Amino acid sequence: MEITERSLWTLIHGMGFGALYLLACSGALVELYRRYFSKAANSVAPENENFLKVYLVAMSVLAWLAVLTGAYIIYPWYRAVAPVGTANLAAFPQKLLQSSPATSGWHSLGMEWKEHVAWLTPISITMAAAVVIRYGRDLRNHPQLRAAVMSFTLISFLAAGIAGFFGAMLVKNAPVEGGRTIHLMDGE
Amino acid sequence: MKKQEPSTTAVLPNGSGAAAILSAGIGSFMLSFFAIAADKSAFFKNLFVFYKPTGPLSGVTTSAILIWLIAWGILEGRWRNRTVTLARINAVALVLLGLSLLLTFPPVAELF
Repeated sequence: MEITERSLWTLIHGMGFGALYLLACSGALVELYRRYFSKAANSVAPENENFLKVYLVAMSVLAWLAVLTGAYIIYPWYRAVAPVGTANLAAFPQKLLQSSPATSGWHSLGMEWKEHVAWLTPISITMAAAVVIRYGRDLRNHPQLRAAVMSFTLISFLAAGIAGFFGAMLVKNAPVEGGRTIHLMDGE
Repeated sequence: MKKQEPSTTAVLPNGSGAAAILSAGIGSFMLSFFAIAADKSAFFKNLFVFYKPTGPLSGVTTSAILIWLIAWGILEGRWRNRTVTLARINAVALVLLGLSLLLTFPPVAELF
């Protein structure tokens, strides 16, 4: 059982940071609603206030790691220019996708949208984390701040979902492969 | 000894939160604006190549992030101890965020 170095980075970026962010974000939306919007809002114990702050900071770290690994580690491999006359485009995912009308849309719509929209996620969730850290329990006295935090967190979820969906489809149609082969275990 | 919780009468001014919200909207919008500029103009495309392997995406995102952080710092400095009209600021920030979501969508960006 083997995996290439580039595949491993794609896994770390997509499953390790991206998918984990989406899971965490759904939890954050529920927790924000429970704390600040539901009838049970006052049931949150004061000593549990730090939980949400730490949770949102962890989400911000995940979001930044996802976009930074995507843009600076995987994207250069994705957009690598194939030497003139290269027949096998497997090592050049963007060129491979663009070589067929059946797959070119995954680049022109999928990657073109994903590479930009993904960055709305760390910006939005960092803002949400900063506001929750600054105000804590006092957010109960600021309905408009709560609404903004909830809206930006929701948009961060949507942006991460778009990026995640197209990331998965891009990997299916033109996986980023190559680099050192890592031997995981022997087969039977 | 447990820290005393702030009482409901000593409400923090909303300026600090407003600064974070509006600057996030500005940063998001600038990202989509720079992305379109890099796509439509060869000058901006070259200008935004901060790191060659990543291409213009490196400059588009770095510039937007810098503007976001600078705007946040300036607004925080001005509004930290103030209570501002948050409804209008929220509306502007959400419109900017919504526009950035829309403008990063390639068929919409192609209209420019």
